[in-house]
Amino acid sequence: MAMSINADDCTACGACESECPSKAIRFQGAVYVIDPKKCTECQGAADAPQCDEVCPSGAIAKAA
Amino acid sequence: MSSQIVSLDSFVASPSPVRGCASSSCGSSARPADVDPDVWEKIKDHPCYSEEAHHYFARMHVAVAPACNIQCNYCNRKYDCSNESRPGVVSERLTPEEAVRKVVAVAAAVPELSVLGIAGPGDALANWKQTRATFDAVRKVIPDVKFCLSTNGLALPDYADEIAGMAIDHVTITINAVDPEIGAKIYPWIFFDHKRRTGLEAATIFLERQMRGLEMLVARGILVKINSVMIPGINDAHLPKVNRAVRQRGAFLHNIMPLISDPAHGTHFGLTGQRGPTPAELKTLQDQLDGGAKLMRHCRQCRADAIGLLGEDRGQEFTLDRLPEFATCDPAPRQAYRAFVAAERGDRGAARADALRSVSAVADDVLLVAVATKGGARINEHFGHTREFQIYEAGPKGITLVGHRKVDAYCMGGFGEDATLGPTIAALDGIDTVLCAKIGDCPRDALAEAGITVTDAHAYDYIETAIGKLYAERFGRSAAVA
Ligand code: SF4
Ligand code: SF4
Repeated sequence: MAMSINADDCTACGACESECPSKAIRFQGAVYVIDPKKCTECQGAADAPQCDEVCPSGAIAKAA
Repeated sequence: MSSQIVSLDSFVASPSPVRGCASSSCGSSARPADVDPDVWEKIKDHPCYSEEAHHYFARMHVAVAPACNIQCNYCNRKYDCSNESRPGVVSERLTPEEAVRKVVAVAAAVPELSVLGIAGPGDALANWKQTRATFDAVRKVIPDVKFCLSTNGLALPDYADEIAGMAIDHVTITINAVDPEIGAKIYPWIFFDHKRRTGLEAATIFLERQMRGLEMLVARGILVKINSVMIPGINDAHLPKVNRAVRQRGAFLHNIMPLISDPAHGTHFGLTGQRGPTPAELKTLQDQLDGGAKLMRHCRQCRADAIGLLGEDRGQEFTLDRLPEFATCDPAPRQAYRAFVAAERGDRGAARADALRSVSAVADDVLLVAVATKGGARINEHFGHTREFQIYEAGPKGITLVGHRKVDAYCMGGFGEDATLGPTIAALDGIDTVLCAKIGDCPRDALAEAGITVTDAHAYDYIETAIGKLYAERFGRSAAVA
């Protein structure tokens, strides 16, 4: 149960990092990544995954 | 060091006869008559707010704000935000620490620097932590730099108090509509209160917060400039209403920018064939709004990391890899430059008053003049080196800067080629006379053939003085005969 960032689409704007209620997102190398162990898909914190709501690049999807 | 004090080399080259009130303590003689003294204090050294200051002072932007909280149809997030920056460019993104290093290095090398702005590449308020950290740290090292920021306004009501507390005295808000129906065609979504919102709901919330933000800033004594992107068929007919709305709420300047729409930028408007306005459409709208919130004709839509006088960008000289590890900034050259400008301004103010008298004495003939200048409000650039002409209109309303036109400097190798003169002639369409510091015979003849007079007879004069003379020569005599 986690979201993940598609590195090809991420423009490294960092918008998702500051919205994540679980502090699951950080900058790594050239793009942002989600730590699957920390990501809760925002359950209990918000109606929808905050990272996906804010991402302007459509870079975020459910982890396969 | 002294060569750095006056880095606009033209100042030294030009004779500077002192007339009128030229003492450095009397800078107010340069205050345009229609500007309130309090406001003048805030804008006199700000190149983006004061047409007068943009001849003398430089701004720099640092790109510490990558994130954004809305989506615009003229934006593709691979590039900088096009609300304040030219679309389709990518700025060097900096952490607040890197930004401070850069500002100090630039202030040491460019004494004209008077303004530090944060304009993106996303939204300054959507990255408030970085924005605030950058301003706070710079304030400690260079106390006399003015701060400004640009925002879409969504988060403005949340930060207006903090902004006022930090002595940020200029804010730019991009407002493209006041009716949600029109807003919805420009903004596909906003992220607000933990939710992505779309359509009319998004536009309604957004436009309401923009207006509230504007009111809150004005109430706190902050000068607010409004940028509007002119999008033909979507908001062009609506912008006079926007102009009235922002004027009523106390906006100090209203700047209409053309939509720059290129499919290669991958924006929604670019991909759907939405065109930008022609220069003529833009000017018609700007003329129509004249007298509303003062329009800013000298805006250049600069990059989120631009450095230098408006119309120039020295950003490439100050990329991170070129910065010294520990930069320091000596205040002496900055102070010397300010004293010099104060004197120069008093002189220019007197020259301008003279020039205006010569224009207003004659009938309502209008003269459109293109000027080659490197700054300092003087004619001091060679025709062949000019990348951007400032366009002045002289007529019954006075001598005013009405815009600028970009050209490729055709004399790239120090040697003009006809091949590139064609576009220059096209860019100068409608211009009566071009004023420059120097021009070769060949291009002069080619332009004469195209019906454009080019002269270097007024080299190094103040722009307004020269235009005043030109106007009197052209119309003064015929008016006397008639
Ligand atoms: S919001 Fe999207 S584009 Fe921005 S850093 Fe996160 S994943 Fe990347
Ligand atoms: S889904 Fe929520 S918890 Fe998971 S990374 Fe995105 S914002 Fe953080």
